[in-house]
Amino acid sequence: MSRTPAPRVNDFVIKIATVNGTGSASANTLLMKAIFRSGVPVMGKNYFPSNIQGLPTWYEIRVTKDGYVARSGRVDIMVAMNAETYARDVKEVMPGGYLIYDSTWPRPALLKREDITVLGVPLAKMCNENFNGVRTRILMKNICYAGVLAALLDLDIEQIRQLLADTYAKKPQLVDSNMKAVQLGYDYAKQHFACPLPLHVEKMTKTGGHIMIDGNTAAALGCVFAGATVAAWYPITPSTSLMDAFKAFCEQLRVDPETGRKNFAFIQAEDELAAIGMTIGAMWNGARAFTATSGPGLSLMTEFLGLAYYAEVPAVIFDIQRVGPSTGMPTRTQQCDLIAAAYASHGDTRHVCLYPSNPEECFYMAVQAFDLAERLQTPVLVMSDLDIGMNDWMCRELQWDDGYRPDLGKMLSEEQIRQLDKFYRYLDRDGDGIPWRTLPGVHPKAAYFTRGSGHTQYGVYTEDAAEYQIVVDRLKKKWETAKKLVPRAVIDATAGGDIGIVSLGSCDGAIREALDVLEAEGVRVNYMRVRSFPFTEDVECFLAAHRLLFVVEQNRDAQFRSLLTLETQVDRSKLRSLLHYNGLPISSSFIVEGVLEEVRPRPREQALGAAG
Amino acid sequence: MTYLAKPKVSHPSLPRNALGLTRRDYEGSLSTLCAGCGHDSITAAIVEACWGIDIEPQNLVKLSGIGCSSKTTAYFVSGGHGFNSVHGRMPSIATGANAANRELHYIGVSGDGDTLSIGLGQFCHAIRRNLDMLYIIENNGVYGLTKGQFSASADVGTKAKKGETNFQPPIDPVLLAITLGATFVARSFSGDKKQLVPLIQAGLRHKGFALIDVLSPCVTFNDHEGSTKSYAYTREHYEPAVHADFIPPEREIVADYQEGETLPVVMHDGSRIVLHKLDAGYDPTNRAAAATQIQERMKAGEYLTGLLYVGSAEKDFHDLNDTPDTALNKVPYEKLSPGSKGLAKILERYR
Repeated sequence: MSRTPAPRVNDFVIKIATVNGTGSASANTLLMKAIFRSGVPVMGKNYFPSNIQGLPTWYEIRVTKDGYVARSGRVDIMVAMNAETYARDVKEVMPGGYLIYDSTWPRPALLKREDITVLGVPLAKMCNENFNGVRTRILMKNICYAGVLAALLDLDIEQIRQLLADTYAKKPQLVDSNMKAVQLGYDYAKQHFACPLPLHVEKMTKTGGHIMIDGNTAAALGCVFAGATVAAWYPITPSTSLMDAFKAFCEQLRVDPETGRKNFAFIQAEDELAAIGMTIGAMWNGARAFTATSGPGLSLMTEFLGLAYYAEVPAVIFDIQRVGPSTGMPTRTQQCDLIAAAYASHGDTRHVCLYPSNPEECFYMAVQAFDLAERLQTPVLVMSDLDIGMNDWMCRELQWDDGYRPDLGKMLSEEQIRQLDKFYRYLDRDGDGIPWRTLPGVHPKAAYFTRGSGHTQYGVYTEDAAEYQIVVDRLKKKWETAKKLVPRAVIDATAGGDIGIVSLGSCDGAIREALDVLEAEGVRVNYMRVRSFPFTEDVECFLAAHRLLFVVEQNRDAQFRSLLTLETQVDRSKLRSLLHYNGLPISSSFIVEGVLEEVRPRPREQALGAAG
Repeated sequence: MTYLAKPKVSHPSLPRNALGLTRRDYEGSLSTLCAGCGHDSITAAIVEACWGIDIEPQNLVKLSGIGCSSKTTAYFVSGGHGFNSVHGRMPSIATGANAANRELHYIGVSGDGDTLSIGLGQFCHAIRRNLDMLYIIENNGVYGLTKGQFSASADVGTKAKKGETNFQPPIDPVLLAITLGATFVARSFSGDKKQLVPLIQAGLRHKGFALIDVLSPCVTFNDHEGSTKSYAYTREHYEPAVHADFIPPEREIVADYQEGETLPVVMHDGSRIVLHKLDAGYDPTNRAAAATQIQERMKAGEYLTGLLYVGSAEKDFHDLNDTPDTALNKVPYEKLSPGSKGLAKILERYR
């Protein structure tokens, strides 16, 4: 594929190579936010190790005037702060790009390349001269490179001061020391290099009405707004920050101003088996409850998920997917739990899954997950991933409708119970497969026995063949009802023609960028993003309407494609998998190349065609 | 096995409690356990206990795991919700349920397999959290539903029905609970209703985690010669050390207790437990001494029974979490959501 030279203003990628535990995160966030506040769309991706201190870590900032949200696959400016990774870092820079390194020590031979510009800044030396204490010097070295970049990219230094003031509102002395470090780098760059570089930031007005937020924070906020009061979990990367965020929001928003008591229970469980048990117990007893986990935790939760499915207890589970199998790579991303979640547990079980594509959707789907779980009386799994969950994404501002009230579904009130002759828990009174439920403590007539063993529609133990089957057949009917309640797919069929891309979740950003690139190449493709399991009717229609379908997903075994072939009528010979599963977020170029390889006639065929 | 509805016939002369309910109102469906099973006696004691302290049936939440013992929650108080969960995981269901609504009474019924093997972790952590519940172990030393394998409470040297001898040391739930900081730890015998009923009543009213380990012989798989959990063996080696009388707040202490042998303990709701030391040297309020004595007597082949340890009311799970006195599931939504204005304010920091 031919590459046209990219425009240099507001369209480039900075990659920062540092050592884990040196506090580079605040420098990187500072840079990204400064660009964001200049009105220029920006994306940040963190490639960090499963380690607290010492291993290499990278942060990628993509300045993208067109507002793309995926990785582009290129690096224009490399900030090489980690001598251990110099060799690979220098290789990644595009010809004509830049490399910034700490010139306190002699320039290593590794950093030699003729086709890039190498800029040395004595970061350590400057910080050693200006700051005291080993830890402070290390931290300030990072803030210092942010200052260097600010000068090279023409960022507004006053805006940086304001950002620091916002960040350290409670510790003003930190504003001064950080600003001093920024200024050191800024001044050095101004004195020694031609600033700004040809690739730099120019103010735009494209970030108004937007925020920079990660998916775990947005999901936690969704749980707060959904009215969740019980949160139980066992720590596991990359889901932990969701629980941390929920706790932090609740400490701020849920403490009763009069009594000082907390309107939430936050429980660190002994393992994931207990975490899901607590979630089920709480929702069975009428509180909105959730848990967050990742692959290994989901495996442990499966027995309980089967119970909740069969005994019809609502529950909300966030699966922040990470690379498997087994422990896999805990700090890298994949969409590899799709099948494990959809059919979690032994026996005939199927679970409602939601597939958010970005933090904004994490917020809304968190709320929707609770409503669906209670409406359908079943577990709902929100299938996020590490890329969405832990990276900062530029999203539209979150909106809230103050008219919202939790949908408790078919819950009998005390008054309704009194009027009943007798209550039968699993009876399909309305023909939609959803029975009525009651809460403990309301009325003795409402009592029933919840069990994972065989039961009749009247809620009593059974080993009777016919009675057993009545209940499981009704559960199947409920599954059909679910198809009408879960979010429909997002379909863009404006391209016309009979080629389509089918995908889900965090592939969305890369696909939307790929569609633009493909169109520029003369290839027009329709796009369907599936948002839920079970698949809605429009999924079947889209699949039927296309001759060739690219199924884009981030796992090795084409799990999403399997789900499509299992749960729809699609002719599998129409499906072409584009699988990205190395642990890095999928890039647009991967999709473009995959599609072009299939739809572009090969040169030989072209030649033959011309001859014919 | 089919479900048998128990005919509800109550004679007008049956005694009624303060709620106007008879004992029949605290019964459940008909037991499907073997005739003579110790568990059925415990079920009867629970019925008697709940009736006796006027528990509103709908306010009793019955929780269990898997096994013979766990089936019994269907056999008492049919007016209360029951949750027969998965094997060994009842404590987590209880934790979630209790988190949602602290205003109800939670009674968990489990077995020695359900608690001491597959569920040992959850059992320990429920104690650590001081979950406000009564946890009853119906302890028979065997797996009944799978036909007689040893459980983790089987004593060294005890013989299985088929003749096999157990050589692994038992896990004793009473010692474990005392070590982990439980504030109400009792042991009893399914055949001693007089001892068991007040223990259940006190356990239900105790604030925090209350454990009653009830020796409950399995008539089918563990009631033979050579078993240390048979009726005969238990009767012979069973040593009541402390008898507890439970006295609800509204009732006066009328019995004539001997000074020095009795010890009244006032509970958080004003109820009292009057402890009668049947074993003069035993102190049920000293955690370390109690643990030592239980262990020593166990070595001599005796099961000390009664309320073996009772401590002062500690902070329970909700106190530790600082949740309101009323149920979390009753907090109105308006108090839980910051609304659109709140959201706008929150989003400021993400710009």
